[in-house]
Amino acid sequence: MKNSILAIIKKEFVRFFGDKRMAIITIFLPGVLIYAMYSIMGEGMMGRMTADEDYIYNISVVNMPQSIEPMMKNLPFRVESAAEVNENERAKITNKETDLLVVFPEDFDAAVAAYDMKTSGEMAPQIEMFYNSTKTESSEVYRMMTEAFDSYESTLANKFDVNGGEGVYDLASKEDETGMIFSMMLPMLLLIFLFSGCMSIAPEAIAGEKERGTIATLLVTPMKRSHLALGKIISLGVIALLSGLSSFLGTMLSLPKMMGTESGTIGADVYGVNEYMMLLFIILTTVLVMVAALSVISAYAKSVKEASTAIMPLMVIVMLVAFSSMLGSGAPTEWYWYVIPFYNSVQCMNSIFAFAVLPVNIVITLLSNLVYVLFLAAGLAKMFDSEKIMYL
Amino acid sequence: MEEILKVEGLGKTFTLSKKQQKLEKTKDKKRIAVNDLTFTAYKGEVFGLLGPNGAGKTTTLRMLATLIKPDQGDALIDGSSVIREPEQVRSKIGFLTSELKLEQFFTPNYLYDFFSGLYGVEPEVRDERKRKMFDRFGISEFAEVKVGNLSTGMKQKVSLVISLVHDPQIIIFDEPTNGLDVITAKVVTDFLLELKKDGKSIIVSTHIFSLIEKICDRVGIIIQGKMTVCDDLKSVTGEKTLEERFFEIYEETVGEAV
Repeated sequence: MKNSILAIIKKEFVRFFGDKRMAIITIFLPGVLIYAMYSIMGEGMMGRMTADEDYIYNISVVNMPQSIEPMMKNLPFRVESAAEVNENERAKITNKETDLLVVFPEDFDAAVAAYDMKTSGEMAPQIEMFYNSTKTESSEVYRMMTEAFDSYESTLANKFDVNGGEGVYDLASKEDETGMIFSMMLPMLLLIFLFSGCMSIAPEAIAGEKERGTIATLLVTPMKRSHLALGKIISLGVIALLSGLSSFLGTMLSLPKMMGTESGTIGADVYGVNEYMMLLFIILTTVLVMVAALSVISAYAKSVKEASTAIMPLMVIVMLVAFSSMLGSGAPTEWYWYVIPFYNSVQCMNSIFAFAVLPVNIVITLLSNLVYVLFLAAGLAKMFDSEKIMYL
Repeated sequence: MEEILKVEGLGKTFTLSKKQQKLEKTKDKKRIAVNDLTFTAYKGEVFGLLGPNGAGKTTTLRMLATLIKPDQGDALIDGSSVIREPEQVRSKIGFLTSELKLEQFFTPNYLYDFFSGLYGVEPEVRDERKRKMFDRFGISEFAEVKVGNLSTGMKQKVSLVISLVHDPQIIIFDEPTNGLDVITAKVVTDFLLELKKDGKSIIVSTHIFSLIEKICDRVGIIIQGKMTVCDDLKSVTGEKTLEERFFEIYEETVGEAV
């Protein structure tokens, strides 16, 4: 009776999707939350790094030279002259009252005009700028003034320029940039999202049924234990997949904002149908392995609570493995890495996002994941048949 | 008479955990729950397993229902061995005990169809049978109410109906009236007699004498995992009531009066 697998799958779906609150919490919410969280984080970080547009910077200047004065007037500065550098002036910077304290040597213009790097053995005239790195505006004006002085310096004796034109000099393609960032971040995030999707349903569906005594009712029917195991794994896998994909979508859409590059230098649109298809198959088999592993652990547990505790060690391992996408230089090419569960998925996703796919490794990953699922499903079926596990 | 259930030397031993050993003040690591049980039930009769709590009634019935496996012996249900052909046994019997629960989230209607599917009942047969049974037990008006929202008695009736979706010829019933109010209990006992009239074979376990006297043709008395007496109800009781006979037998077996 192959029908019994379908019957179990159908029942799990009716159970899950029939409960609107559960469906929304598990599937819809993760993606929306992640999108909102990353967008806000990204914008918040950008906001912290740039000052308000109409902010007037407070600047103290000691010995303002004539050559610099006109330049300062054009900038949104409130310039005060200070007589000398003293503790008081410095304290104002520390206390964030003044944004910048610029100290010119006396007779700056004359000293600059007289200075010749080749003949003079002395140091060039010094401008000192005091700022406070913990105040955004202070850092900002410090950076602005450094640039301004640099360009002033090069106008005094311009011999050559580097990248002085208007052209785009970074020739990395959008594919490369996206690939670099996505292949580092996404495999890790994806694996974690998929796992938490599985975690939120598997203990309930296996240990919960055991705890409530409803699984025994299934076990007195003539249905094969292996059908029950497969039906459970497939249906839970699909639900976990939906939950994981929702998180994934939220991430893909908000990651450009998170990385602070809204100008379109990175984006999910660089990947084609091939990449997304490969990704889908990898994700699908990964979710099945996860759900199968969590089901086996849950079947051992006496209650949902015990199951949730028992899956923690596996969660830690998955987190660590997920982190491997951030380390090293891309996916390994040797085939044997791709029989290690979870690690194979992370590295495959890494290579897909980085446009560095080795098809044979994808195939090995898919096959070995399927073998693990069948192996775990057989184990689960054995457990369903074990009175010690099911009725004690 | 045609044998429908043949139990031969059935035995089951449980391993006690440290905690259980302490609780029961024993050093024994093993507890023999069912000890070399042999009996036969015939087609079309109601067979009662009578015994005090902990005598091994439920363990025996669980072995017959293939939920647990015997350590020794075997039982043939309509010719199928509970050890070698558990799936066939499961498709032949209807097993009902209070430990088998229904998922709270679903309606009786949905569960009836779901379990019918697992037993391979054809949809036309299923719908006809469902209508008849739901009417018989007054479930019809609650057919679309989630099980979690039903009263205890109604839940029990739904469980009963669902355990019989495949119209089994052999019905195994563990403590059929336990925890039911007098009215629901009567509905259940009346229904058991009805099933008998339809030619079904029924095995029940209970510690209630009146239930045995009311519905059983034959009775087996289990004490401490052993079958002490197994015969026609009349032959067991003789001139006395079942209750009087039971305590006599108990005293003979255990060696002390209750």
